[in-house]
Amino acid sequence: MMYATRTRQARPEPFAVHVGIAERLGLAHMDWPLTIAAVGLVAFSVFTLGQATQNDVPGSPHYYLDRQAIYAVLGVVGMLLATRIDYSRFRELRVGIYTFLCASVSLVFVFGFAARGSRRAFELPFFSFQPSELGKLLLVLALAGFVIDGARRGSAVQRTVRYLCLGLAPAALVFLQPDLGTSMVFVVATLAVMYFGGVPWTHFAVIGGALVTLIALVLVIAPAVGTPILKGYQLERLTSFANPNEHEDGAGYQQNQSKVAIGSGGLTGRGDKATQTRLDFVPERHTDFIFAVIGERYGFVGAAFVLSLYALLFWRALRITTLSKNSYGTLVAGGIAVALLFQTFVNVGMNLGIMPITGIPLPLMSYGGSSVVATFLAVGVLQSINVQAHLGQRGRFAW
Amino acid sequence: MYLRNDDRPQGSRLSLRVAVLGGVAVALFAVLFFRLWNLQVLDGDKYLAEAKNNRTREFKVIAPRGDIIDREGKVIVDNRTSLALQLNTEKLPEDPAEEKAVLSRLGKLAHMSLAKVRKTIREGEEVAAGAPVTLRQDVGFYLVAYIEEHQREFPGASVQRVFVRHYPDGTLAAHVLGNVSEINEEELEEARYKSLEPGDEVGKAGVEYSYDKYLRGQPGLQKIQVNALGQPTPGGQLVSKSPTPGETLKLTIDSEVQAAGESALASQGLPGGFITMNVHNGQILGLGSFPTYDPSELIHPTQAQVNALYRNESAPLTDRSVEGLYPTGSTFKLLTALAALENGVITPNTVINDPGQLCLGEECFHNAEGAAYGPLTLVPALEVSDDVFFYTLGLRMWDTNELQEWARKLGIGRPTGIDIPVGTDGLLPTKQWRDQLFKEGETERPWSAGDNIQLATGQGDLQTNPLQMAVAYAALGNGGTIVTPHLGMEVEDAAGRVLKEFDPKPRRKVKIDPGVRSVIMEGLHDAAQGPGGTSEPVFGSFPIPVAGKTGTAERPGHADQSWYCILAPYPNPRIVTCVTIEEGGFGAQAAAPAAHTILEAYFHDQIAAESREAAEGSEGVEESGATG
Repeated sequence: MMYATRTRQARPEPFAVHVGIAERLGLAHMDWPLTIAAVGLVAFSVFTLGQATQNDVPGSPHYYLDRQAIYAVLGVVGMLLATRIDYSRFRELRVGIYTFLCASVSLVFVFGFAARGSRRAFELPFFSFQPSELGKLLLVLALAGFVIDGARRGSAVQRTVRYLCLGLAPAALVFLQPDLGTSMVFVVATLAVMYFGGVPWTHFAVIGGALVTLIALVLVIAPAVGTPILKGYQLERLTSFANPNEHEDGAGYQQNQSKVAIGSGGLTGRGDKATQTRLDFVPERHTDFIFAVIGERYGFVGAAFVLSLYALLFWRALRITTLSKNSYGTLVAGGIAVALLFQTFVNVGMNLGIMPITGIPLPLMSYGGSSVVATFLAVGVLQSINVQAHLGQRGRFAW
Repeated sequence: MYLRNDDRPQGSRLSLRVAVLGGVAVALFAVLFFRLWNLQVLDGDKYLAEAKNNRTREFKVIAPRGDIIDREGKVIVDNRTSLALQLNTEKLPEDPAEEKAVLSRLGKLAHMSLAKVRKTIREGEEVAAGAPVTLRQDVGFYLVAYIEEHQREFPGASVQRVFVRHYPDGTLAAHVLGNVSEINEEELEEARYKSLEPGDEVGKAGVEYSYDKYLRGQPGLQKIQVNALGQPTPGGQLVSKSPTPGETLKLTIDSEVQAAGESALASQGLPGGFITMNVHNGQILGLGSFPTYDPSELIHPTQAQVNALYRNESAPLTDRSVEGLYPTGSTFKLLTALAALENGVITPNTVINDPGQLCLGEECFHNAEGAAYGPLTLVPALEVSDDVFFYTLGLRMWDTNELQEWARKLGIGRPTGIDIPVGTDGLLPTKQWRDQLFKEGETERPWSAGDNIQLATGQGDLQTNPLQMAVAYAALGNGGTIVTPHLGMEVEDAAGRVLKEFDPKPRRKVKIDPGVRSVIMEGLHDAAQGPGGTSEPVFGSFPIPVAGKTGTAERPGHADQSWYCILAPYPNPRIVTCVTIEEGGFGAQAAAPAAHTILEAYFHDQIAAESREAAEGSEGVEESGATG
């Protein structure tokens, strides 16, 4: 040979992985930043729980650390499995998924285990399973399928109404558990799928107006008239964030302590001297208020880092909506992305004292098997969409 | 609608929606970052301070109040510890139903009905709003443990070890001691209580009040690291400052003399007061009043107890020895004699005839029981307490103010400077006083000779008490020093070292001619122990030579009041005792026997020694006059 031959290489894709082991595992074309963000968050969670909850369960200083680590491993495995599946299958299974969703959410009323005033989870050996966590993913998968399928049936208004009913039914069931926070996530997921599904802006304006009216009714008018829709503590939690000093010993107290905790972290955190979150001043710190733990222990540096990981997570998810090879994938990715954003914003906002207390966990960081695994499954579905997109459209420019 | 089928959605419509959502997301994250920056970097110091504040709780450690001991060191007042169930009402739940539940639970635990709990809270808040209310004293350990374990069910409840004032001798010296109780709102504003808080205890009367700042001590402080429930965390003891116990107050009181006086009054059963004082330095060995009260009832009194004491017609809380106001009857004659002699109105040898009465125009003043003693000089006049003699002196000095001047010099109608709060200074009737009243239309006639005549024998408008009389008699006894009577001798620390002595200077000195003094003393000696003396029946056989004067004061609307003042031993007295008994009749009938009991107690050792010597068959030892 006079001159060496050069293999024509595929156009370089940023973040693309060499085909090889990954492809053999069915994991080629995973979005690595998304993976890093998700795994990073859960790893941080395990680390923080290990540091901050040593005195919570007498005799078992690693109680939460061990369990969250197990949930993390299960979650990652779930994510990898979900990545391998072609998500488009779920579109066909939409009816079954939807039925399973409604059934599992209803059955907690019968078989569920009552904790802190609500029946939310099934007690199984070794862990408890909270169907509404997985339900967020299931709803998106099913509803996206219904939207695609019914894209041409009926008028625009009829479609909008149909989608709303499909989404609000399981949301109402969750609301009655009672679990106000998760039912709100269901509603937001429904709206997100509808949003990406092309429901006209005007419809959203109407829905927005109805929401505002509903909020006014529930928070202000009904209690004034004497027929409260929300239970007393629910009402108090929602309104106390605006007046934290009025409820020294109640909901306002939690938020005040959380703010103090986070604020006291300063720039670099208080490490083990983080007494607010170590000495029970901030309640529920392994679940709803874990961000406060991070804020106090690791300061602005740590908290901003965590927020950045969430931003990364959301950006990659949003990007996947544009990459999807089919509309179903766009809707699913959009619903998952918005649900994640909503939960993140509401929980962190609650910790920071600018959002009401709603009991929504921080995805991947709050302690809890159902939430961690369900979120990883959702991330896995995102990965699946990404993988399928790249498999289907090689060489396409991606940003 | 851009979804026609399952193909890729149209780029631009989707792109717009994605872009909008992306923009919203950027805004949301920006809000979070900005808020985070605000809390942590801009306001971080403030929150850090608050977090540090949260985690420590300061507990005030109550200091024990100082003991009160008598001059021999015998404890009259000390403290016992008690576990008190207290409730901080600010920590009760706001919801009325929940509050009721908590109070009912507390009530069951403390064996109190809900109504009683509420009532106790109300009463406690009236006394000292904002302080923890004491629901029950002397609770048992089981209650302490139960509350500790069930903190959540009893928000605001705690068990405190408190000190309660304890009176080993019951009611002894109640008026001297006063009582201790919780500080109230008005007192909190006073400068002398500057560092105190609601719930602190202060002395309210007597020496507990006057010497409160020594007795009070300093509370200590304990800082403990706690969790959100206020429970101490393991290893969480921080700085603690021990409380400083109050200092011990040593009184001038002699418990035996005090007890003798009180039982003497009690055995007569009539209201009255007594005082026994050292004539040279004003130290009060005994001070008491009948009826008396139990100071331990006034620590945390129920409304019924307070009512019983304050509304009791016989006024047990009044100290008649220092607050009573009475005419003194013949015991005043000492002052009349002094004024007359010092001003040359008479001499010791001047004879005045006593026909049984002295008439001033149409008004006539008689001797008691219509007696007439004929011509007398001063000494016999004192011995038999001849009224006409002194009426005459009063008449001779009626418009010269000489009597009033001497009475004033010796402290009648003036503050004595005693170191417990007394409300009144008495009244010495003078010409100016009466004329002024007449000018203002308060009385129907101005000063007249009759007023002075009455004053000369301790009648009329004169208002004084055993304390002032004792100071006056002491001045005669010691030759002219007006001492400052006081109950506090010194303040000691727990080891008995003296921290401060109380030795007030005499209020003034008065020049009394020694000759005058000895004449009057002789008259008083004869009155007590001479054959015709008005109190000879009482003191005639008393082994110690004494000099005393009876008094039988007429009080409109009452039976005669019995008075007795005595200096002992004669002729160089160490102590003076004055006793008055309302409705007691003649001086010798009630007051003198009481004084006898008191002196018996004071001279107890001396009398016992002498009778021992006598029993041993002494050779050449005189029984009387050997001591002095």
